Amino acid sequence: MNIDSIQNGYVLDHIKAGASMEIYKLLGLDKLDCSVAIIKNAKSTKLSRKDIIKIDALIDLNLDVLGYVDPNITVSVIENGRLAKKIHPQLPEKLTNVLRCKNPRCITSSELQLPSEFLLTDPQKHTYRCAYCDTEYNR
Amino acid sequence: MRHLIDITDLSTQEIDELIAVAEDIIAQPEKYQNVCRGKILATLFFEPSTRTRLSFESAMLRLGGSVLGFSEAASSSAAKGETVGDTVRVVSYYADVIAMRHPKEGAPYAACKVSGVPVINAGDGGHNHPTQTLTDLLTIHRERGSLNNFTIGFCGDLKFGRTVHSLVSALARYTGIRFVFISPEELKLPRYLIENTLEKNSLPYEETASLEEAMPQLDVLYMTRVQKERFFNEADYIRLKDTYILDSEKLRLAKPDLAILHPLPRVNEITLEVDNDPRARYFDQAGNGRIIRMALIMKLLGLKA
Repeated sequence: MNIDSIQNGYVLDHIKAGASMEIYKLLGLDKLDCSVAIIKNAKSTKLSRKDIIKIDALIDLNLDVLGYVDPNITVSVIENGRLAKKIHPQLPEKLTNVLRCKNPRCITSSELQLPSEFLLTDPQKHTYRCAYCDTEYNR
Repeated sequence: MRHLIDITDLSTQEIDELIAVAEDIIAQPEKYQNVCRGKILATLFFEPSTRTRLSFESAMLRLGGSVLGFSEAASSSAAKGETVGDTVRVVSYYADVIAMRHPKEGAPYAACKVSGVPVINAGDGGHNHPTQTLTDLLTIHRERGSLNNFTIGFCGDLKFGRTVHSLVSALARYTGIRFVFISPEELKLPRYLIENTLEKNSLPYEETASLEEAMPQLDVLYMTRVQKERFFNEADYIRLKDTYILDSEKLRLAKPDLAILHPLPRVNEITLEVDNDPRARYFDQAGNGRIIRMALIMKLLGLKA
């Protein structure tokens, strides 16, 4: 299978097999006009199987989303057809508008225009809590 | 600009300072009667309350200030679908400080992000109630002379009881405190508090279903009401509401210097005969609420006597 090489854009590599569609949605890639390639179940020496996403534009990439979904993802920044930078996203301290609180008593459940905010409480367990109501979420 | 959304917004040093001001207000009330002259407190109560709203209003009036506001969502623009944020933005132009109660958890946090004046959380659903906690801390301090080195039992609805959550978080920052949680299985303290507040800081605690067994070791007993408004299912409420009833017989098991606290209102979890026991401190506690709110309003407005 041939995917054209990127001139200016990103390669999101080492995505856990099967997680690429979640990242596609969380990053809002469906709203882009540029080419986006999703490669599922590619062979990997490290993971045995992995997903890859290629984005053919230097968009404003939300690294917090990537760090939250899987901190093992690598982001290669391609400029003029060359690797300009490699980024290893970290588990973010704060997530804004990535998750929605599922607590029906939370104000964000009734006022949907409020920005959602989650704060990292336990990096080992990947636990976040809603900044409004303290409800916890584990990934 | 400071807000009070969660009790942990205040350091223990700030809490100690508020308690010191409260003690001074009790000793010399006349010194404080004009501190807030010309200032306005807005009480935005989207959910009914007697004690909290009246004690906020009394606190501001005793400081020489004025009050305005509403006491139920039906008499505000919330009934027309206005968001909390919009209401608070508007009221920021009319008042110098806002005390807000709302049935939704996190509503005061949403409010403080857009407010032009300090916001005080006067209770957000089953979540937090920091000024009740300040009231409880002042009461414990007045009863015991310190906020360190005692065993406190929390009894009743520990799941939805916001006063319990806030007080546990606050006391966890003091030293030498043992926690005993007395509740039915369905109303146990939320795991996030056990794990993040108690276990993370290696604080001693036990969970039990028996008030009688816990009673002899307690220095402070914090009774709570099983709150009907927190249940989605009325059958669960009816099944659990009378699990614990504190009466004279159970008090025979208690220490002679026990302090019984209750955030009020009570329904039938403390019998009327207990009111005459000198260990019953809950009405004094309600009075302390007005005093500590006076100290808090002054602090948030940056005013001193």
